[in-house]
Amino acid sequence: MTARLLEVRHLATHFFTRAGVVKAVDDVSFDLEVGEVIGLVGESGSGKSMTGYSLLGLIDPPGRIVQGSIKLKGQELVGLPQEALRKLRGRRIAMVFQDPMTTLNPVLTIADQIHLAINAHERVSTATARQRAVDVLTRVGLPDADRRLDAYPHEFSGGMRQRVAIAIALLHRPDVIIADEPTTALDVSIQAQILAEMKSLVRDLGMALIWISHDLAVVSAMASRILVMYGGRIVESGPTASVLRDPRHHYTRGLLNSLPSRAAPGQPLTQISGLPPSLGALPPGCAFHPRCPRADAICLTAPETTGHERRDWRCHHPLTAVSA
Amino acid sequence: MSEVSRSSEVFVTVEGISRRFVPHVSLGDRIAAALGSPLEQRAVRAVEDVSLSVRRGEVLGLVGESGSGKSTLGRMICGILVPSAGLVRIDGESVMSGGRRPRKTTTRVQMIFQDPYASLDPRMRIGDTIAEGPIAHGLVSKADSLAYVQHWLRRVGLDPDAAPRYPHQFSGGQRQRIAIARALAMKPDVLVCDEPVASLDVSIQAQILNLFLALRQELSLTMLFISHHLGVVRHVSDRVAIMYLGRIVEIGTADAVYTDPQHPYTQALLASVPQLVLEDDKMVSFKPIPGELPSPMAPPPGCHFHLRCTFAQARCRVEPPVLRPAGAQAAACHFAGELQFTR
Repeated sequence: MTARLLEVRHLATHFFTRAGVVKAVDDVSFDLEVGEVIGLVGESGSGKSMTGYSLLGLIDPPGRIVQGSIKLKGQELVGLPQEALRKLRGRRIAMVFQDPMTTLNPVLTIADQIHLAINAHERVSTATARQRAVDVLTRVGLPDADRRLDAYPHEFSGGMRQRVAIAIALLHRPDVIIADEPTTALDVSIQAQILAEMKSLVRDLGMALIWISHDLAVVSAMASRILVMYGGRIVESGPTASVLRDPRHHYTRGLLNSLPSRAAPGQPLTQISGLPPSLGALPPGCAFHPRCPRADAICLTAPETTGHERRDWRCHHPLTAVSA
Repeated sequence: MSEVSRSSEVFVTVEGISRRFVPHVSLGDRIAAALGSPLEQRAVRAVEDVSLSVRRGEVLGLVGESGSGKSTLGRMICGILVPSAGLVRIDGESVMSGGRRPRKTTTRVQMIFQDPYASLDPRMRIGDTIAEGPIAHGLVSKADSLAYVQHWLRRVGLDPDAAPRYPHQFSGGQRQRIAIARALAMKPDVLVCDEPVASLDVSIQAQILNLFLALRQELSLTMLFISHHLGVVRHVSDRVAIMYLGRIVEIGTADAVYTDPQHPYTQALLASVPQLVLEDDKMVSFKPIPGELPSPMAPPPGCHFHLRCTFAQARCRVEPPVLRPAGAQAAACHFAGELQFTR
């Protein structure tokens, strides 16, 4: 029996702008178990990054969490004062961001940045901090860590910077790491290195990982469970292979069919028509209905999450399982 | 694969083309040099002695990671960057004029850029953006330009009444359609597409790829399709060239290169891309290439890939390999055709 680490229930994060309410995250529920890797998939503007930020309490006005609960090992995070959240961030939940060029401070050496990150939660001597920095950098596959500690971020390549960012996230052995498109800005061969590194870290250290990405293949290589987001909601979830092999939501199937690898070379791809909706002006009911081939009148009402066991979807007309 | 207009006639030829970028020497450096300190000249050899040919109606995919020189090569083929050495011909004619300051002399090749947010003038109505080139080159009169613009907007799947709007009123995918319309309105024979779908979401990427496939058939375009995305290139290309640090390491039909790679880099690159996992309990679907991409300012001697190559021998460290036939394609490896890759 695995222990429940994170329990998210009916989470809603809205932004109250002059142009109206932007429902970035709407009624999102999921669980994360100790040592589990889940993938959060969606296109830009689907609310996947905002879900990650909500878990960390990083939502700034005019946005706020309007509803729902986030429980980390039973402790409720929604409504915690800023000071308490600050003590959690980096220590129990850490985040790795997309762009390794902007997440590190350009005027501090790597050693200084790591020392600051350690000091945020505990007092240690400079020598101890340095030793921990070397340990954690070696852990993420940075060769010659002791010498490179005194370098500045601009002396590192993109892949190396992302390793440093991951090392900083690992410093306090958090329960959960949220990785927001951490390999999107990297080259193909470097992406594969980081993916392999993260996989072995998660396995060895028993940390849970939420991997946010638009790339289905990358997510399928990382995560044992997948959550597909569209218009601020989770429209489908389940074990990775099962969701990708037997999608039940028309959006998931459309996304899969859009991949060039799914069609014979030179043949037209089965595309999803239309554009993703703006989170500020979501269509009523199922947000996907204007682009859905199966949509009818009932789709104007929002579908509830249905499903069985660990397989969920939000659709009035789910696809039937091909190989159940 | 379309058989519409692909012929054996060679249409675009690239002959021994190179491009070096020499960093600007500051006044301080020049004074120091005059006083006797060695002047450090670190030229970036972005493209080194590349030759290739594209047949009429063919799509050549150009794959490489950052710093491989793929964009530089594309820009030289399009005539917007002057080569340091070598020549590009389209249908026998040189793309650039001769002389001390060579200029582009043809409108037969046009380019589509990666970022549709940066490649459209935000202060010009899109109709004016599309009509500017054709009017300047006499393809259409000013009076007829609106109808001409509307024709091309319809062709790329946009509302023809959108001509008076500004770029900010469109989404990323729609902007890329505008950029395609602008290129096509010049009635080019050759289209150079530099990462045209890299900044688009998956569902929009599929729409744009379908548009490329359709336009290619209808207009019998010859295309150079540059991308780092192996799956996208496979889908649209007849032939594929793989670049690494300024050199072509492998070139051949898409089928041959993808199913039977002959260069260790091609093989490793293909293996490093995660594949969709469709079976339970089969998680590892990719294998990283060890090591970092070397800086193009200081590429390793001999074969540029030898530092990361599991097959490297002493010879690879000194002697640069040349492209030679291997399998159904050509590869620049001393041991091409002799290597056993583990899958």
